[in-house]
Amino acid sequence: MNCMLVKYASEISLKGLNKRYFEDLLVTNIRKSIGNGYRIQKESGRMYIDQYSDELADKVRKTFGVTAVAKAEITEKDMDKIGEIAINQMKQLKNVKTFKVESKRGDKKFPLQSMEISREIGAMILKNVEGLTVDVHNPEIVVNVEIRDKAYIYTKLLKGVAGMPYGSAGKGVLLLSGGIDSPVAGYMMAKRGMELVGVYYHSHPYTSERAKEKVVELARKLAVYTGSIKLYVAPFTEIQMQIIEKCKENELTIIMRRYMMQVAEQVAKKENALALITGESLGQVASQTLESMYVTNSELEMPVFRPVVGMDKTDITEIARQIDTFETSILNICTKTSKNKTKAG
Amino acid sequence: MNLVYLDNSATTKPHKEVVDEVAQCMEQYYANPSSAHKLGVDAEKKLKAAREKLAVFLKAKPQEIIFTSGGSEANNMAVLGVVSKGDHIITTKIEHPSVIKLLQDMEKDSFEITYLDVDCHGCINLEQLSSSMKENTKLISIMYVNNEMGSIQPINEIIDIVREKSRKAKVHIDAVQAFGKLPMNVKEIGADLISFSAHKIHGPKGVGALYIKEGLRLRPLIAGGGQEFDIRSGTENLPGISGFGIAVEMAAKGFEDKKQSIRALKQHFIEGLKGFDRIKINSPLDEKHIDNILNVSFEGVRGEVMLHALEDYNIYVSTGSACSAKKGAHKNYVLPAMGLSSTQAEGAIRFSFSYLNTIEEIDYTIDAIKKILPFLRRISK
Repeated sequence: MNCMLVKYASEISLKGLNKRYFEDLLVTNIRKSIGNGYRIQKESGRMYIDQYSDELADKVRKTFGVTAVAKAEITEKDMDKIGEIAINQMKQLKNVKTFKVESKRGDKKFPLQSMEISREIGAMILKNVEGLTVDVHNPEIVVNVEIRDKAYIYTKLLKGVAGMPYGSAGKGVLLLSGGIDSPVAGYMMAKRGMELVGVYYHSHPYTSERAKEKVVELARKLAVYTGSIKLYVAPFTEIQMQIIEKCKENELTIIMRRYMMQVAEQVAKKENALALITGESLGQVASQTLESMYVTNSELEMPVFRPVVGMDKTDITEIARQIDTFETSILNICTKTSKNKTKAG
Repeated sequence: MNLVYLDNSATTKPHKEVVDEVAQCMEQYYANPSSAHKLGVDAEKKLKAAREKLAVFLKAKPQEIIFTSGGSEANNMAVLGVVSKGDHIITTKIEHPSVIKLLQDMEKDSFEITYLDVDCHGCINLEQLSSSMKENTKLISIMYVNNEMGSIQPINEIIDIVREKSRKAKVHIDAVQAFGKLPMNVKEIGADLISFSAHKIHGPKGVGALYIKEGLRLRPLIAGGGQEFDIRSGTENLPGISGFGIAVEMAAKGFEDKKQSIRALKQHFIEGLKGFDRIKINSPLDEKHIDNILNVSFEGVRGEVMLHALEDYNIYVSTGSACSAKKGAHKNYVLPAMGLSSTQAEGAIRFSFSYLNTIEEIDYTIDAIKKILPFLRRISK
């Protein structure tokens, strides 16, 4: 029988009196992602889910706060049976040369102590799997044995997305443009626990239905990590027209951005959010200079988070690929006014 | 006003009769036309009936018609089926991507391609064709009616020149846009290969046909069970093909009346457009032009913006611009080839009519443009 071991950020365990709140939120978020019908047990800084499948593991892995998941095999508290499973798990791994066994004895009635368990299981593996040596300091693989109500054995850890439980750090409004950067910015804040509300500026007929659909699709991709996202579509045409008619041509973009921020702030107030999030990266385009950011901020009451401000395009793209928003972002959809290129967030 | 669909050159709404036929085939004639049992024979009869309907319409023999998955496949089949490496192929600069992209790829692969220029009406120069003909010219592939502008090529003259210059060169006509709008007598046209598509004439999508003149043998693109006279393997798309047959039959009914009503729609539209300043009708308005396509540039307004603005009025059209939702969208090459400047090309809208459109719909559209234009031109001082 198998179950899933879930490790989460040590940050969470360090939250003192609030630890319980963060753990409960993490459990709630995992449940939102995998659905009901699973038993989730919290125990000494980790969690156990009573079933395992690759699909399930992928969902849990993508829950913010989770640092790693593993398929743990469960057997009776019997050294031979434990050894058999450990050997099997090692045999399934390719190109591994060094390992060690780590044991935890939660059940103090078990006759062997942790060190003894490790030593014996290690010896069994050495005897049965060829080409392995023990390295206690820097092993490639750690075989974990835990003795509790039953014996749990796991070797291969799948990396989780880490961060803090979604919803544990307030709410922010993300200016979602449809480009590469803004979904990454949203992801980064969400990863730190901030709940996201998206806002998109729709300039019909200057931007198409497809451009809007693309942003909806991007929000959907972010929702893989966040559970769900509310997206506001702000009709922006009239504001844009007024600006184009009444303002100087070389100031159009900056003025447009100021209005976008103000619209976003209104959305934030309505949503009880306390921050704005943009995908601006310093100097990436003419409208993302320090001067431009200074001017777009000056009328706002709320902090504006720009988590990718110090990142290069290549690094942002890398994350976009990891979170699967890149392909959608680069879909070629025209969004131009007859005179001006505008790019929000 | 209900939905006004003026994008009939992109695709058409299938006739109710076509929809019923497709449904009936799926429900009742689901057997494989190649099966030996009675159900198979019944399905085969359906197939045969559709082929005959198309043959009657084209004045062709049933065995000269091969059903395909559509116009693009028919075009690919025609080109790849007759040429070999080292051959020279002549085409024009304004062909459909299913011809021009194919030929551009083949050019990298030791085929020699000549792309004929077109004039401002979208017509080729017959002298250039004549002087382009060479010893190794194996294929001339030319569209009958251009999909963006509606210009008609002088097919008869083209074929005369080819026949006079070469005995082995074959002529392929992409007649997808002409089909159902111009009389289509394959004997009179005299081409070796002609492509058709069902969904441009109120038939189903995913089905088309290639006329292959008797005696001409094509190399098949798809190897398999030998359906369609060993030229196009794969179990036949019977619902599509049978629906195609119905669409053809309906297109043939009152052919002249339909032509006249489309002409009236176009004339009415052109009259309506006269009330606007700074517009340009790009389509040639003489006999070199088909009535159901009208390409218009609205100066100072980008085509796709106009398109989205018309959407607000539930009016649906196309642009000839480079915009597309798809990745790797190709730049428009047709309008520049006809001498349109890039701003004119970017501002081009294609209105394409069906006989199902009404004069009221045209009035409504003109009225909508009247409301939209000042709004859109507000910022393009």
